[in-house]
Amino acid sequence: MGLVELKGLRKEFGDVKAVNGVDLSIQQGEFVVILGPSGCGKTTLMRMVAGLERPTEGEVIIGNRNVTPLPPRAREIAMVFQSYALYPHMTVFDNIAFPLKARKTPKMEIEEKVKWAASILGIQRLLDRKPRQLSGGERQRVALARALVKEPAVMLLDEPLSNLDAKLRVSARDELQRFQRNLGITTIFVTHDQIEAMGLGDRIAVMNAGQVRQVGEPQEIYDDPADTFVATFLGSPPMNLLERNGHLLGFRPENFLPGDVTGNEEAYVTFPFHVGRVENLGSDRLLYGTVSGAEENRTISKLPSTVRVSVETGTTHDFAVREDDLRYFDKATGLRTEPEPQ
Amino acid sequence: MAETAERIEEATPYPTVEQPSGRFLADREGLLGALFLGPAVLYIIGLVGVPFFLAIAFSLSDATVGDASLDFIGLRNFANVIKTPQFQRALINSVFFTIATQVIVIILANILAVVMSRDFRGKTLARVLIILPWATPISLGTIGWKWILDSKFSTIDWVLQRVGLLGHPDALLGASNHLTYLGVENLAMSSVITIHVWRILPLATVILMAGLTSIPKDILEQAEVDGAKFWRIHFQISIPMILPIMFIALLFGLIFTFSDMVVTFVLTRGGPVYYTQVLPLWAWFKGIDGGSLGEGAAIALFIFPVLLATAILVLRSAGRMEVT
Repeated sequence: MGLVELKGLRKEFGDVKAVNGVDLSIQQGEFVVILGPSGCGKTTLMRMVAGLERPTEGEVIIGNRNVTPLPPRAREIAMVFQSYALYPHMTVFDNIAFPLKARKTPKMEIEEKVKWAASILGIQRLLDRKPRQLSGGERQRVALARALVKEPAVMLLDEPLSNLDAKLRVSARDELQRFQRNLGITTIFVTHDQIEAMGLGDRIAVMNAGQVRQVGEPQEIYDDPADTFVATFLGSPPMNLLERNGHLLGFRPENFLPGDVTGNEEAYVTFPFHVGRVENLGSDRLLYGTVSGAEENRTISKLPSTVRVSVETGTTHDFAVREDDLRYFDKATGLRTEPEPQ
Repeated sequence: MAETAERIEEATPYPTVEQPSGRFLADREGLLGALFLGPAVLYIIGLVGVPFFLAIAFSLSDATVGDASLDFIGLRNFANVIKTPQFQRALINSVFFTIATQVIVIILANILAVVMSRDFRGKTLARVLIILPWATPISLGTIGWKWILDSKFSTIDWVLQRVGLLGHPDALLGASNHLTYLGVENLAMSSVITIHVWRILPLATVILMAGLTSIPKDILEQAEVDGAKFWRIHFQISIPMILPIMFIALLFGLIFTFSDMVVTFVLTRGGPVYYTQVLPLWAWFKGIDGGSLGEGAAIALFIFPVLLATAILVLRSAGRMEVT
């Protein structure tokens, strides 16, 4: 049994089913990312784990204890909001100390723990400042320190990187992961950013329309999406889906390569690819076009800059995908199916 | 590249619009500024500046209602006024009523604002009822209170009699049928304070409610997740965060109470004796009723330093207001 068990969680706001039956088991020390588009219910799900939202149905179990009816303070959780929600009138020290004071920790111990948390996040020199005097990255660290100081069983992070600028986000991601690995805190991380999800998570739970569509390790979810939603939500550009013999055929743009650069030792499927537009991104070239045999479906090929084959707009080439890289989905349900015998 | 260049050439030229050459009135910022500021300046000079300097002039002269000519007599009016026990009591009362009112208002407004920001049935009705005293003209409200506190027909007395607290030999509040609220020093003073509280409370509550709603929900939820319970959240998060707004509410209350003469005028006319006398009313009695414009102006000028200090504080704190 996992440290955190979500059982049949549902949450309705009036007629809106924000979360519609979620089961999820999270192991001790695991970093689980809940990934989904905005409005998919991922934040509501996290708020139910935090105790800020009472589920309409279902149970939240943390450390073998059913905490469903308990308020947030009784749940051994810490949370970092998207806005960081630092207390603007308190210094960084007082912000970090707040959860300890609320717990009536002795003063000496508070001092010690705040310093410990601050040193882990490298913000010792900021302790006397007010939140408004901090940069976005510093605020995020303060928020993390405040979460950490409680030594929670589970740490909940609600899009904590989305307020940082793009450059900082990359280093913050790296730091966050090292921090989580070193301390081994069980972490649930909510995001709509697939790159964050792929980079951070031990496992990813992909959500859509209030339901978890797939749970698995990042590579597994990327390579073997359970349905067309997961297939197209992850990956940039998303997986190509072509209709063929009443099925949907899926393959990643980076697996869709010019025939002349593919090897001969494996089985390939070849498509005539009509290139409509070329986008040069420096490290990659994106080719937008259509596969003539597949009812004019739009298809994208992603060529790394190391592939130097010249591809001109308006021309048709033979492009190929390794048979192993082809995925099949049911046209009606969108669910993954086995390839039909040819 | 060549292709792109071609395409740009093919594109239709960007349509140019005829630019009017002359400048409109709306473009002349200097003139507009003067035009917009004009009414405000006129208003301040005519209705604040002139009366204020007139009051100073009167206070230094022997002007009366019958003879408004300004003969300079130095500070004699001030000297005369300060000596009288009526003035001294009025000064003390003004300060005491104002402070007592604000203390009670801030406490009650905090409670009401918290209650009113929660969801409950009949919340809208409750909000309307709370605003009502503020929407009522002060004089009408005070007349209502005057009936409630009447020496013979007081509804409070009536209720106290019915519940057995008043009007029989063993009653807690005495054997007499009436407490004569406005005829006894302490009760009269308490009555004045009560009405001021009743009148200022709606404003303070609304201001505090606005303050509480302006606190980001995240922060309150964070405090909850951090393990704080109601009192800690209220006193360590909410109140410090709305402190600047609370300060504004306090300063408005100070001004309204300190400069008010309607409540005491309608309710007690400063009585019994002069136990509920306040500066503005005493200035009116002296200056207009008594006809001694000079002394009236001198009394009224004692209100000025308090109002000035408050006004400066209001302006300064309004400038310092910041969100998160």
